[in-house]
Amino acid sequence: MARGQAGSAAKRKTNDTGGSGAADSAVTQDELLKYYRDMLLIRRFEERAGQLYGMGLIGGFCHLYIGQEAIAVGVQAIKEQGDQVITGYRDHGHMLACGMDPREVMAELTGRAGGSSKGKGGSMHMFSTEADFYGGHGIVGAQVALGTGLALANHYRDNKKVSFTYFGDGAANQGQVYESFNMAQLWNLPVVYVIENNQYAMGTSIERSSSETHLYKRGASFRIPGEEVDGMDVLAVKAAAKKAADHARSGKGPYILEMKTYRYRGHSMSDPAKYRTRDEVDEVRKTRDPIDHLQELLAKKGWADEASLKAIDAEVKKIVADAAEFARTSPEPEPSELYTDVYLEAAE
Amino acid sequence: MTDVLMPALSPTMEEGTLAKWHVKKGDTVRSGDVIAEIETDKATMEVEAVDEGVIEEILVPEGTEEVKVNTPIARLSGDDAAASAPKAEAPAQAAGDPEKKAPEAVEVQPEGEASAPVLPKVELRDPELPEGVKLVKTTIRDALRDAMAEEMRKDDKVFLMGEEVAQYQGAYKVSRDLLQEFGDKRVIDTPITEYGFAGLGVGAAMAGLKPIVEFMTWNFAMQAIDHIINSAAKTLYMSGGQIKCSVVFRGPNGAAARVGAQHSQDYSAWYAQVPGLKVVAPYDAADAKGLLKAAIRDPNPVVFLEHEMMYGQEFDVPEDIDWVVPIGKAKVRREGKDVTITAHSRMVGMALKAAEQLAAEGIDAEVIDLRTLRPLDHETIVESVKKTNRLVTAEEGWGPMGVGAEVIARVIDQAFDYLDAPPARVHQKDVPLPYAANLEALSLPSVEDIVKAVKAVTYK
Repeated sequence: MARGQAGSAAKRKTNDTGGSGAADSAVTQDELLKYYRDMLLIRRFEERAGQLYGMGLIGGFCHLYIGQEAIAVGVQAIKEQGDQVITGYRDHGHMLACGMDPREVMAELTGRAGGSSKGKGGSMHMFSTEADFYGGHGIVGAQVALGTGLALANHYRDNKKVSFTYFGDGAANQGQVYESFNMAQLWNLPVVYVIENNQYAMGTSIERSSSETHLYKRGASFRIPGEEVDGMDVLAVKAAAKKAADHARSGKGPYILEMKTYRYRGHSMSDPAKYRTRDEVDEVRKTRDPIDHLQELLAKKGWADEASLKAIDAEVKKIVADAAEFARTSPEPEPSELYTDVYLEAAE
Repeated sequence: MTDVLMPALSPTMEEGTLAKWHVKKGDTVRSGDVIAEIETDKATMEVEAVDEGVIEEILVPEGTEEVKVNTPIARLSGDDAAASAPKAEAPAQAAGDPEKKAPEAVEVQPEGEASAPVLPKVELRDPELPEGVKLVKTTIRDALRDAMAEEMRKDDKVFLMGEEVAQYQGAYKVSRDLLQEFGDKRVIDTPITEYGFAGLGVGAAMAGLKPIVEFMTWNFAMQAIDHIINSAAKTLYMSGGQIKCSVVFRGPNGAAARVGAQHSQDYSAWYAQVPGLKVVAPYDAADAKGLLKAAIRDPNPVVFLEHEMMYGQEFDVPEDIDWVVPIGKAKVRREGKDVTITAHSRMVGMALKAAEQLAAEGIDAEVIDLRTLRPLDHETIVESVKKTNRLVTAEEGWGPMGVGAEVIARVIDQAFDYLDAPPARVHQKDVPLPYAANLEALSLPSVEDIVKAVKAVTYK
């Protein structure tokens, strides 16, 4: 089948001497349809967010996840209850994949009381203790040390949980990433570093910013195994994530997955993306789109006809329209909220 | 039927040029298709379709300039139009209607009332010493150690991490014997990697543990200040109250002896400016112990500033009781009627010495040990100034934008009519701390400086 098996053992880019990840043969129809739905939800949600931004309903920075949907959904597919997820500011897709309510996410984008942070966090700062989602961080690379700290807590409690710590190719050049790598391997912390390499750190291509562009190798000097993964293929992502999580969960320490992906939109809404050609973007959209790919796969397996895909489409559209409506009509936070959540009261 | 609206490229854009249409009337578009290009003086951007449908009408021809944001530029028809974009009047309601803006409502609130919830209510009194409690001479070093050991025995979520805290027993021996008692899972030697381990500590705190992160000195914590402020102090707020971060950052602060500018700096004012942090700077051993225990129990991030030159000094500490001193309360160290001197950390000792000298000259000084810089106990300060009518602030850090500046601003705000003289500030000279012994002494605030300042405000 398509690209799920494209990376044969011989061609596999890895510095892990162990075996390759499990193939995707075990995937069921229901699972595949769910991934399709979840990825489509993220795409439609982000398109709508872009629209609301254009209408002035969303302020500040707004970084869309369009193009990268397979990663959040593929990793989520193998995440166990209690495993944590933490990422940077391109976070809407992760929150939806984690199961956060699209209404709460959209209403946070519009800065309303119904938002997941009561409107006080915004696009880059959302959290859900219920969904084990730890943000949503605006400082490039900070989530890597924090995510490693989540893993430290797992290790401390010996609870067999894994921290999935996402960052981009831009953050991969921050010093604290390597400070964290060092401690994670030194102390065998259960963390999977998921590098979403979408080729551009804001406007700077990876070739212009990185002396070693194969980011899966970045853990080599800390003895952390790493692997390159087709981040546009949800099943490849899932298989790699499973292997990496098993490694971390079994007490062997951290694992690095470099997800090769692409963002269709600019870095943020106000980025005209002059640093790349439209042909480049179109080419990826045409040939590597993760949702189109999954649609083809479903068709090939005979698991979805046009009517069933349309039904999913309609369901997703309804959810997104409802989220947008909620985000538009939810009131702004009460002025008294200005002074809440600054401190917790000390006990006694 | 759905209107496609002129989008904003940035929060400040109000209008732009519709540079190009990529579609024409009758074209079918899918979500994500580029349908047009718009331009501002800063950028060109593509407009993508959000809905599927057929372009029914182009409302604004290409080349049109000064198209206002949210103007309908095209009309889309399709089966799915029912589940389509929010209506065109939406932005006017949310973004355009000034009556909807929250900040105005905020501005009219009286400051005191509105800011009241910021300071958590705690019982702000030192615990009463029970009858017959034994006071034991203890160094500050051991008082801090005992505080950590007691809290670690009490709560297995508490652990200590930092450079040389375990096998080496602490660079200043503050963590002596903790590794032996608690093991290497709870007393963790980190690599020299402040930014990284501060981030790990904050992450562990977000996951519900209660780390004590030791910096070998606060000077090195500048590499980690991003996690202290951006990650620890702000996350409770940014998460709408969901993510707690109970963590203590501690270590020696302030001037050391002859180590030069990079190893000698007082960070009191730096951290005390940040909402979301509590900042504690004790003077004696009883406070060091009682306040550190309170800091470890506190559900908020606490910056705990110790003093390198004071670790070996001995003070009375109550023995055999759970000695916890509440955060947020100053302590009147010496009562007096002629002038109020505020100080914290090592400067309290100098203020007390100055008060003794002044007493010999007939000036009766009241000395207030601030103990906590955030939240600052301005009530105790203001009450004192209402009695003495004169104020001198003493701190080891630089004066501009400093702790003294804040104390004086509070007093002027709340007790202006009680002042009989302009308040005076004692602080480090406005230079990096020099190495040469004579210059170092000249740079740092001294007992003499305090005496002089008191004489100035009492016109003696």
